[in-house]
Amino acid sequence: MSVAIEPQEQETVSAQRIFVATQWQLMWWRFRKHKLAMIAAAIIILFYVGVVFADFLAYADPQISEAQRSLLPPQPIHWYDGDTFRPHVFGLTGKRDPKTFKRVYQPDPNLKVPLKLFAEGYEYKFLGLFKTNRHLLGVEGARAEDTIFLLGTDLQGRDLFSRLMLATQLSMVIGLAGVAMSLFLGILLGGLSGLYGGAVDNIIQRMIEIVRSIPTIPLWMALAAAVPTSWPITRVYFFITLILGIIGWTTLARVVRGRFLSLRTEDFVTAAELAGAGQMRIIFRHMVPSFLSHIIAATTLALPAMIIAETSLSFLGLGLRAPAISWGVLLQQAQNIQAVALSPWLLYPAIPVIVAVLAFNFLGDGLRDAADPYG
Amino acid sequence: MVNYIIRRFLAGILTIWAASIISFVVIQLPPGDYVTAYIANLQSTGTVLSREEADALRIQYGLDQPIYVQYVKWAGLMLRGNFGMAMEYNRPVREVIGDRMTTTIIVSVAAIILIWALALPIGIYSAVRQYSIGDYFFTFLGFIGIAVPNFMLALIVLYASFKYFNVQNIGGLFSPEYLQQSWSWAKAWDMAKHLPLPAFILGLAGMAEVVRIMRANLLDELRKPYVVTAQAKGLSRNRVIMKYPVRAAMNPFASTIGYLFPFVVSGSIIVSLVLSLPTVGPMLFKALVAQDLFLAGTILLLLSILTVVGTFVSDLILMWIDPRIRHGMEGQS
Amino acid sequence: MSQQNAPILSVENLHTYFRQDEGVVRAVEGASFDLYPGQTLGIVGESGCGKSVTARSILRIVEEPGKIEQGNIWLRTSGSNGSSQRVDLTTLDADSQAMRDIRGGEIALIFQEPMTSFSAFHTVGNQIIEAIRLHQKLSPKEAREKAIDLLRQVGIPKPERRIDEYAFQLSGGLRQRVMIAMALSSDPKILIADEPTTALDVTTQAQILDLLRQLQEEKGVSIILITHDMGVIAEMADAVVVMYLGQVVEEGPVDDIFHNPKHPYTRSLLKSIPSILAKPRTKLATITGSIPHPYNRPAGCSFHPRCPDFMPGRCDVAEPKLQKLNERQVVSCFLYDNLPE
Repeated sequence: MSVAIEPQEQETVSAQRIFVATQWQLMWWRFRKHKLAMIAAAIIILFYVGVVFADFLAYADPQISEAQRSLLPPQPIHWYDGDTFRPHVFGLTGKRDPKTFKRVYQPDPNLKVPLKLFAEGYEYKFLGLFKTNRHLLGVEGARAEDTIFLLGTDLQGRDLFSRLMLATQLSMVIGLAGVAMSLFLGILLGGLSGLYGGAVDNIIQRMIEIVRSIPTIPLWMALAAAVPTSWPITRVYFFITLILGIIGWTTLARVVRGRFLSLRTEDFVTAAELAGAGQMRIIFRHMVPSFLSHIIAATTLALPAMIIAETSLSFLGLGLRAPAISWGVLLQQAQNIQAVALSPWLLYPAIPVIVAVLAFNFLGDGLRDAADPYG
Repeated sequence: MVNYIIRRFLAGILTIWAASIISFVVIQLPPGDYVTAYIANLQSTGTVLSREEADALRIQYGLDQPIYVQYVKWAGLMLRGNFGMAMEYNRPVREVIGDRMTTTIIVSVAAIILIWALALPIGIYSAVRQYSIGDYFFTFLGFIGIAVPNFMLALIVLYASFKYFNVQNIGGLFSPEYLQQSWSWAKAWDMAKHLPLPAFILGLAGMAEVVRIMRANLLDELRKPYVVTAQAKGLSRNRVIMKYPVRAAMNPFASTIGYLFPFVVSGSIIVSLVLSLPTVGPMLFKALVAQDLFLAGTILLLLSILTVVGTFVSDLILMWIDPRIRHGMEGQS
Repeated sequence: MSQQNAPILSVENLHTYFRQDEGVVRAVEGASFDLYPGQTLGIVGESGCGKSVTARSILRIVEEPGKIEQGNIWLRTSGSNGSSQRVDLTTLDADSQAMRDIRGGEIALIFQEPMTSFSAFHTVGNQIIEAIRLHQKLSPKEAREKAIDLLRQVGIPKPERRIDEYAFQLSGGLRQRVMIAMALSSDPKILIADEPTTALDVTTQAQILDLLRQLQEEKGVSIILITHDMGVIAEMADAVVVMYLGQVVEEGPVDDIFHNPKHPYTRSLLKSIPSILAKPRTKLATITGSIPHPYNRPAGCSFHPRCPDFMPGRCDVAEPKLQKLNERQVVSCFLYDNLPE
């Protein structure tokens, strides 16, 4: 079936561009206008680049702890040595405190530890493909004490910067996995609900209502606490993702259902039905493409909740546990406020959480506005 | 109207029933049954339960019977208010929870009142002065509110007060001298003085969301024909806005309590942990760490009931303020 | 001079623009017309031609970012000593006391959506009483009495009960009657009816139009009737203004417009009315093409892309001006440019 279009001689070039543009082009044009969303998109891409190259960006083995280097403050990079450009950090000299007999480290301006690009460090598998020990930054000092701690060290004397890189990897990936899970449930149940209506719709709507009125954090906590401590770490990941997905699907299901309901009465769907298209064909060929953009926007907006959930759970010690490293696991050390007051850098992992959540929110808002190019 | 109340009431009952099943599942999750865990716990404190006593307990909880019978028995116990024993405390759960449930309700309700009291004027301002500097400022603040998880906000506030004001005891709901006292006016007043900060921390994220809703709704309403009608009568712009669109936007605003309440109760758990507020939060946490899932399940159930009641109350409020529901015209808008 | 012959409202060269990021929408571009006491002036045109914006400009309730950029709106009011004076509404501040006294007091509005034109959260009585008390010094009780009386006048059965009901409890026809009652509550001189019957079914339409005519006879109000329906115009109007893309293309008494239309657009509009006398199964005439997008208005005469009498090199180059054809009719079209008087 085709719609007769009156000849429009007077259409200007720009209007013609709008007529022939695909839906995705229109959305891109609209999305481009959102400056904030564009910036957010760039930040998120940066985050995921960080995820891919986490081990490369880290420079110290995130698991190696040394009690003596506990809670060292960040060592800033000094770019110039005199007048020559030679990035370095001040080395630390350790002295024993005469009263407490603890070793206390002090930056020593006379000890210059030069930084090297693509330095050798601990061994890891690059992209999971081949083994290497090259890292973006490093010190190849002679002494064991010549190290850098760009963001200081934690209670166990581990380098916070390197740990943050790996935490970003895990937290961002687990957020995605959680969203994928709720997306699956959301599309399935929301789709059934919107497609069949009637009793099916009623039952699923009641289900959503019930899930939404149960306070989520206690439920997460209870479910997460039920994970046996003896489980291997991969299974814990999986279970946490499952928990995030089980609770997060309702919003997506609502979006999908709403779209299905409004599309069911659209002319082009009726047209496809009249043309004899099968149900599956109508759904996947006609309906899904027309609301895919909405789903993408809703998914982006669902990600922050996942990240916050994982962070909160792990922060409480009920989510991911050491040796896993996530933002929440890092923030666990900030639970003790006295420790934070003395070593404020323990709070630094909060920054990427806030930035990521903000960026996903802005991106999602921009996408949502762009998703309705004809609106 | 009666129909509406009955329907909302039945929906609440249904939710509580579903929550009870979820709670029961949570209780069943750890390996071994409740009595095994109980005995193990008693043993660690030096008390040894005899076989007969253990069996008696198993029969009381119906652990020798199929799972659905166990559920029915458990649900029966719950209905009668017999929540069993809290292992960690070695006291009946009911005793342990009582006061903490009250504080949970007080903190949550305080947060919601704060959210509304601030979100309403801000939302109106942002909509009426769309794209003004003030609007951008509040939008920005809102995004911060949404982006900073409330436990983090609590941490930052704790840190700042510790670092810059050298206040150590910013958390808590009571001054130390009132902690052990029973309720009195003085204690209530002491708590009222401690409430604003936790209420604010708890409410910020929700407030951001409500401001967003209020702003969007009011912007919608401002474009409706009845605004033109009211203007055409000769009302001043401010009176038009305050009497009509604001009134209409109040409706979705009031209905936000439906999800605000679970959200706030849920958030109170984690904020209480950071700020060491004597709500059920820290207790739930301890129970979970100690693997006392019986207590945890009970708390979960009670919290669910709390939110269902809260939602039901919000439905009643909604009905009271919306003439369309009062006159049974929900379908139309 | 006689009061009867002086217009009560004169719109002169009105321009109302909406300046947006994407461009400027020239909703009204140079509309002029006069309204005489006791007369019904019909404004016709397709949707989007600027009829409603004209009405709102008169009441000074154009919504953001719309603004009156140019032109005058003269309202004749009677002063306290019986002498008449003229106010230019465009010079008043939209939210000032003077303008608000005129709005609802001198000029009242009823419009198309009788459902959404009322607040769903206030009883209709509340909304009428509010209008009454804004312009008259009456106690709440007296105002209520008056409201009930008004409802009775517009033919609402059991007004003392209806007054406490909500708009959604009334039928479409009753709602529009309440709307009329509210508009007439302060005895305005001018009633602007913006598509008053569009949302109603045909029978109710006829009743509402009857009511308007009857009230006009009783109270002597002047009516500006805005519609896209030539049938309604034929039934109600004394004079007609035809608008296209924010401009007046033709003006004249209703008989001339219907029997001797001059502008090609008016002719096309008239041809598109289904006639009961037409042969069965004849195709209804339509105006070719559609209204251009407001951002890119065609150069020259804005109607030329759709005009059957399009003169290349003329109509797409220059813009025609409104000119007097005879004593009664005014038209803006190059077809009549070189006609001898």
